[in-house]
Amino acid sequence: MATNASTFVRQSMLEPKPAPSSQTGASHWIRTRLFATPKDVILTILALALIAYIVPGMINWLFIDAVWSGTDRTACATVIQGGVLPDGQSGACWAFVEAKFQQFMFGRYPADERWRPILVAILFIILLVPMLIPKAPFKGWNALALFIVLPIISFFLLIGGFGLPHVETPLWGGLMVTLILSFFGITVSLPLGIILALGRRSDMPVIKTICVVFIEVIRGIPLISVLFMASVMLPLFLPDGWTFDKLLRALIGVSLFASAYMAEVVRGGLQAIPKGQFEGADSLGLSYWQKMRLIVLPQAIKLVIPGIVNTFIGLFKDTSLVSIIGMFDLLGIVVLNQSDANWSTPVTPITGYVFAGFVFWLFCFGMSRYSAFMERHLDTGHRH
Amino acid sequence: MKKTILSAAIGAAALGLASAASAATLDDVKAKGSVTCGVSAGIPGFSNPDDKGEWTGIDVDYCRGIAAAIFGDPTKAKFVPLSSKDRFPALQSGEVDVLTRNTTWTISRDTSLGFNFRTVNYYDGQGFIVKKGLNVKSALELSGAAVCVQTGTTTELNLADYFKTNNLQYNPVVFEKEADATTAYDAGRCDVYTTDQSGLYAIRLKMKNPDENMVLPEVISKEPLGPAVRQGDDKWFDIVSWVHYAMVNAEELGVTSKNVDEMKNSPNPDIKRMLGAEEGTKIGTDLGLTNEWAYNIVKHVGNYGEVFDRTVGPNSPLKIERGLNALWTKGGLQYAPPVR
Repeated sequence: MATNASTFVRQSMLEPKPAPSSQTGASHWIRTRLFATPKDVILTILALALIAYIVPGMINWLFIDAVWSGTDRTACATVIQGGVLPDGQSGACWAFVEAKFQQFMFGRYPADERWRPILVAILFIILLVPMLIPKAPFKGWNALALFIVLPIISFFLLIGGFGLPHVETPLWGGLMVTLILSFFGITVSLPLGIILALGRRSDMPVIKTICVVFIEVIRGIPLISVLFMASVMLPLFLPDGWTFDKLLRALIGVSLFASAYMAEVVRGGLQAIPKGQFEGADSLGLSYWQKMRLIVLPQAIKLVIPGIVNTFIGLFKDTSLVSIIGMFDLLGIVVLNQSDANWSTPVTPITGYVFAGFVFWLFCFGMSRYSAFMERHLDTGHRH
Repeated sequence: MKKTILSAAIGAAALGLASAASAATLDDVKAKGSVTCGVSAGIPGFSNPDDKGEWTGIDVDYCRGIAAAIFGDPTKAKFVPLSSKDRFPALQSGEVDVLTRNTTWTISRDTSLGFNFRTVNYYDGQGFIVKKGLNVKSALELSGAAVCVQTGTTTELNLADYFKTNNLQYNPVVFEKEADATTAYDAGRCDVYTTDQSGLYAIRLKMKNPDENMVLPEVISKEPLGPAVRQGDDKWFDIVSWVHYAMVNAEELGVTSKNVDEMKNSPNPDIKRMLGAEEGTKIGTDLGLTNEWAYNIVKHVGNYGEVFDRTVGPNSPLKIERGLNALWTKGGLQYAPPVR
């Protein structure tokens, strides 16, 4: 047995070596991501060709050949079109956006009073930012200020009262109306949607029926018809001299509409919660509302964040439908201003659409990024 | 363009439902302190916002004229932009006091929709624009052409009537929206585009090369555009009508916004009578206004020619010629009854 084969026991760890150069760096990334298989090679080349085909023209149109300043259509039109640009040049007419920028933001809100919507926007940002940061303190007070106090203050600031001149809602417009409609819609539709979802799953037949009928009726009608009915038919049914503010009609229409969709999203979350959670809550002797507030909803809402944000984004973009009832949201006011003969050129309408699209994208992308962040933040690892 | 078939249907339905809005519109307007006019949601030269967001256009100035006549202040006019679908229900329901929204005066609107028309602030008519390369000098040579047209409008119906009457073939290329139709025409999708003549002038501004296109001489329909009010309020109807007549008379008499103050002392009795400078005149008060009514219109808004030149004529980008809208003394159709 006695062998002197001494066993070797290594006492220290080997120094880690860097990965071989073929497995790191840009060349590795390109090789594995772009040229891994023959199919990938073909797709990559096609995609690059497409980019090479589109992007330079786009950059040229958007920036290089674009007109950045001017006072009327002559700045953006070529000589043949009655302007000053050399013939054949075609680029975005940013001068149009510049000249109309105030209108795109505030609609026809009187120029002297525009500090009021700006002040509302500043207050909104001040209250919203801490609300969005999970670590920021005083969430309860913050929510109270943002969702209850701010709307009341904004109402009087925007419409007038307490010594401020009255500004009628038909003068409101642009991004301001888009944001008011979406903020109001989002603020109302989430709680209302949750209540409707709970109602739909309730055992009480009357409540259940009301919720089901509400959700199914609203979901069965296109938003455009809801708005059209509210704007055209409603005044005919109301008694003489009764007017119902158009913005208010749109606010109610949009929020009810969004709540029905929200209810179904939340119901999806509620259904995904295992029965054990409900039973566990019951066995602890929690009341119905305690059970929902403490156990079920926090889990259910977390599950459906993508769906909720999806509804928010949809709502944000749907607000542009209010232009059919003679209100001018961001897109509506851009389209309205395309009828200004002083700015009428072949490139003006496209420039307006590019601008409106960019602003919409900015807000929707922001919402989507924030929701991705919240999903990661709330992901506590309970995967079923 | 401004006459969808749907709108007529809705308007007819509205008539059945609408409780006749208050009869004394003038009293309502005075109580409100402003006159509310329905305007288009953007038709170049007729009603469109300028850079500051103020409404401008020939229809808008009509409304300002009404406000000036009643209140002596053109800023007392409020504008409600209406789509062609919304405009008739809005007037029926009393949401607007008067519709100054380049609306064609037709018998069915005058009778079955329950409106009143009298003045025409713009005589329009449907025309054609073609590519010069087509070498066409008259609409009668358009046989076989592809025609871009907006669907659901009387424009489309007039087009069909015209080609049928003249035994011509054509291929309609229809679009839901006017902007799409014009873009398609400019891109060469069709040989001809048809809409109201005022619209053809506006479209030229949006073309890549306007000089390659020409407007054909034929006008195939009558489109008298003017304000509409609800039936059953003759006093209000009179005021709305005489605002236009005052502007036309002022042009005829050479009274402009610049010289109106001196003209008050003019020896011409017609001018003195119109401007309320005559001893013991009751013309304005009989209308339910002050005797300064016409003076205020001309002073604050201008005479018809000034308004036309500023909004659609030579001083605007549209540069539309007076044509049918010239005074009757200059071969046009603008003719106003005398103020006396």
